[in-house]
Order: sequence, then structure tokens, then C-alpha cells
Amino acid sequence: MSLFDWFANRRKSPPIGQEQQEREIAEGLWTKCEQCGVLTYTKDLRANQMVCPECEYHWRVFSGDRIEQLIDPGTWQSLDEGLQPTDPLEFRDRKPYRDRLREYQEKTHLNDAVQTGIGQIDGEPTVLGIMDFSFMGGSMGSVVGEKLARAIERATKEGLSVIIICASGGARMQEGMLSLMQMAKISGALQRHRAANLLYIPILTHPTTGGVTASFAMLGDLILSEPKATIGFAGRRVIEQTLRQKLPDNFQTAEDLLTHGFVDAIVPRTELKATLAQLVRWHQPPQPSAPLVLSEPVPVVEGERG
Amino acid sequence: MKKPPLLLDFEKPLAELEERIQQIRDLAVESGENANVSDRIRDLEARATQLRRDIFKSLSPSQRLQLARHPRRPSTLDYIQAIADDWMELHGDRGGSDDPALVGGIARFAGRSVVMLGHQKGRDTKDNVARNFGMASPGGYRKALRLMEHAHRFGMPILTFIDTPGAWAGVEAEHLGQGEAIARNLREMFRFNVPVICTTIGEGGSGGALGIGVGDRLLMFEHAVYTVATPEACAAILWKDASKAPQAAEALRITAWDLKELGILDRLLPEPPGGVHSDPVGGANILKAALTEELEALLGMTSEQRCQLRYQKFRHIGMFLEGATPSSNGRL
Ligand SMILES: [Zn+2]
Repeated sequence: MSLFDWFANRRKSPPIGQEQQEREIAEGLWTKCEQCGVLTYTKDLRANQMVCPECEYHWRVFSGDRIEQLIDPGTWQSLDEGLQPTDPLEFRDRKPYRDRLREYQEKTHLNDAVQTGIGQIDGEPTVLGIMDFSFMGGSMGSVVGEKLARAIERATKEGLSVIIICASGGARMQEGMLSLMQMAKISGALQRHRAANLLYIPILTHPTTGGVTASFAMLGDLILSEPKATIGFAGRRVIEQTLRQKLPDNFQTAEDLLTHGFVDAIVPRTELKATLAQLVRWHQPPQPSAPLVLSEPVPVVEGERG
Repeated sequence: MKKPPLLLDFEKPLAELEERIQQIRDLAVESGENANVSDRIRDLEARATQLRRDIFKSLSPSQRLQLARHPRRPSTLDYIQAIADDWMELHGDRGGSDDPALVGGIARFAGRSVVMLGHQKGRDTKDNVARNFGMASPGGYRKALRLMEHAHRFGMPILTFIDTPGAWAGVEAEHLGQGEAIARNLREMFRFNVPVICTTIGEGGSGGALGIGVGDRLLMFEHAVYTVATPEACAAILWKDASKAPQAAEALRITAWDLKELGILDRLLPEPPGGVHSDPVGGANILKAALTEELEALLGMTSEQRCQLRYQKFRHIGMFLEGATPSSNGRL
């Protein structure tokens, strides 16, 4: 039975009463698609990597789920988990940055907005960085910059490919100029990785904007994107306000970027692991299948050529 | 766009005093009583000097921001023309555009050929419209990259001048890859084996500034600012209130002193009393002397040393805690 038939069968389950249904949605047993409104059994949605089986809407997923979706079980080794954000500017807007950090750390069980590590993708060892939008909108501060720079340096040293799942609103304003400079820091690490002829693939997921777009998101040897992800440098609303015009719906979507030549391919999440494994494999330096045996020099016999 | 005033609020007491001195001087000339008032004028001038010093010593970050955006503040081309012995502007990104908001070319400086480039704000309203208020398009960043690549090939040091509210945010800029253009510059600027010196001369606006801002040394004028986002945008996003821009300017730590403290700025360039807009020649002399000195020091290094210096400079920017929880850092 194909996965599709399996889902189709699931949906044939006996209709339930309105009241019971609402209760079950509230309990999280069923999830209503944000895009098409169709109800999916939550377990099935998770099994389909949080992609709506009906309309292919890609739900936001946590960095931990991404590791599960992409990395072979038992091969993940996280890097620099002990790195903690601090409050270098003693920044305070409507709320102190320190308090915000604590709240997000409690909510997400993450130290900051990125996880990095080494793991195998279908047996191919790679360095993986996963930004987590649920931590302060995936904003890039000192910890994000340092963890990604270290991960890239590690890959350069060990001759590994780098894959970064991007999801970010941009630089973290609460760390001021230190945040902006992380763009340069990560780009510098990527320059050295590139100089070593190693492969880097950013995956652009919803949303990838601002300083992340203006640095490592756009520096891939190959750039992949999830369907319908918002990708841009300037915010859509900023542009609309500046130009006083309404922008088309597809503006700054993955599909729009594909048309304009800034994305190599749009890959549904359900195919991402297989695609990445294949690409990493295709970029391995050719290995001689059998030991190369140099034959004895054949003496050239003069005069044989007529 | 609202036209900024030529005279800033905090400059007014000083301007009034200077006006009074001038009036007394004029009266003295008219009445032929020069000798009688000279003591008085000397006294007032001393007061003006003191007042100027006091005002400019205790500027708030948002007042510095106003100075950094001052319409009479010298621009990239003003400085290039003042400090270069000779200069030829070069045009075009070789991809179909020539962005007047980011200019560059080859100059003779300190006895050698260098590439100079920078954001260019307009000198008046008409010029500002033509130059998009110094907000560069992807083509501008690509022109800069092309010129820097040229410098790298021919062994010319690169001197960049940062002065932009930010990279241009528009439909076409997005479609032409504003993010990609800036990103590529960030990466490639680490590769060039010639000395790279970046100077923030006025407004360092976010990624648009950084797009020509990766160097061995970062210099910055005393009243210039460098921001992760404009205080106005930051106030609108974090305070949900754009009128809180002065608070945001304070909180974001945007002045040269702040950047020095954060380990981002290498050298602060003091401005003449009253700021570079009141003494552009003095400003240019300060810039020229500093660039000459920095360039000489960098030329004394090997290209490997410089690339290492540049990498390490940025590699060490950032503040975080480590070791609070044991890291499971290990090899596969
Ligand atoms: Zn759906």
C-alpha cells in the first residue's frame, strides 16, 4: 500500500460527531491544516514530517524534529551545546533582553536559536546546522554566529560537507552590532570551507529573511528551498510602505526566487533527506573502484606503423 | 522624504553666538572702532570655542545620528577628491547596471595605486534622488566586488568608505538578489590578499554598510554611527512605536565609542571641533593621515598575515557564555 492510499484509508474512518471532533482537536489528536482546513490525524501528520497530506502545506517544525527527519538514528553528535547567550548591551526595550532569553529557553528547551552537530545522512557524514524559528524568531546573535562558525570550521578541518537549515527573521537587534558582525564571521568561515573545495548547501525554510539572507543563506554552492517558503532581504511590509504599493502574493516566495535564479531547486520536506544524501554523494571526490595498477611501460617498436 | 535641517537643534546656541560675534565685528568695521571691541570679540570667541567643545563632547547617540546624517557632512566623493593625489572613477557592474549610490575607481594615494569605493549620498535634493540617498542596489554591491577583484589582481590596496542608511529595499532589488549580492561580498572580501581598510564616514546602516565593510582594519569618525538596524526601524519593531527612536539609538550602542568597547572598531578618528561638516578640510586631513598610517602598517605584513588578521578580527566578535553546562562535543 502506498503512503497515499494509507492516508486515504485513514480519512475513511467513520465520521465523528461535531462535539467529539472539537474535543479531539483540542486534545491534539487531530490537526486542522492552516492552509486547506482538512483534518489530519496528528500522528499521521507527524509521520509525514508535518507536511499536510492533502495540500502539501509545510508546517513549521522544531530543530529537534529536523534532526530526526534528516539524520540516521544513533549517529547525531551535537556540537557546542554549552554555548549560552548573554546580554552584552544590557538591552532593554519593553522588556529586558535577559528576561526574554530566559522565557524562550524555558519554552523551547534550547539555549539559543541554532543547533549544530555532526551526523550521517543515509550514511554520509555531514555537518548540520539547524536554526530554530521558535527561539526569538530564529534571530542571529553571538551564539548563532559562534556555533555556526565553529561547525563550519570543524567541517573544513575534517573535509565534510555543511548543510544549514535556515529559518530566521534576521539579526538579533538586542545584541546590536555584535549581531550584524556575525554575518561576516559566518561568511568568513564559509570562505575557508569553500577554498578547501568542500560542499555547502543551505536549505531555505519559512521564513528566511534579513541578515541571514544577506549572508550564509545565499552562499551555498547549491541552494535548496522548501515549497512556498518566504525568502527575502527586506521585509515585505517595509517595501510596501516605502513604495506605497501592494506586492503580488508570490513576491519573495521560494517559487519567485526560483524564477529569478536564486534557488537551485524546491524540494518538499518529505524528499529532503534522500535529495541531500544524493547530492552529498555526488560531490564525493571520485574514488578509484579498483586499485590503480600501473602497467609496465610497453616498449614502442619502431617501424611497426607502416 | 523630509528634508533634514541644515542647522541641528543642539547646534543653535553655538550658531547664535557665532552670529553675535559676526554682528559685533561688522559694527566695529562700520564705526571704525576696531580696537575697542577686539577684547570683547576675543572673549566671545573663547566662549564659542568652549561651548562648541561642551556641546560636541556630551552628544547623545540620537544627536550623533543626526550629525552622521547631516546634509553637509562630507561624502565619499568629497573625501576621495580631497585625499587622493589623482583619481579616476570607474563605472558598471558588468551585469547591466551602474549604481550611482555606490561609487568607486582607482586612485593614487600615498605614492601607489589603490582602489577606493564607497556609498555615495547626494550633495543636494536632486543629487540625492539620483543617488537614491546612498542606498545601493545589488548592482552597486556587484560593481564594488568587481572593483575589489581588480584590486586583488593588480595588488592595489582597497579603501572603502561606508555611508548609507541601508541597502535599497525595493521589488527590483529583491528580484536582482540584494541578499545574494551583499552575502557574496562578505565572503569574497575575506579572500582578497591586498590590504583592506574600511572607514565609516557617516551612517553605517546595517547589512548595506557591511556589504563593503569586511577589512583588516575598521576606522570610524567620531560622530559617525554604525547600526544593526536603524533606530527608527528598531523602535517600530521592538517598542512597537517609531517615536521611541532616541531610546533605541541609546540601547543599540551605535557610536564609535560603543563599537570600540565591543571590539568591533579598530580606530576612532577624532573630528575637528564642531564636526566634519563645519570643517571638511580638517576632516579630510585627519582621514588621510590615519589611512596613510594604517596602510603603511598593513603593507609591512605578508598577504597571509593580513588574511589571517582579517579572519581573526571577525572570528572573535561576539559575546557568549561557555561551559555553563557540559558540552557533549566529541568526534564521531
Ligand atoms: Zn492542507
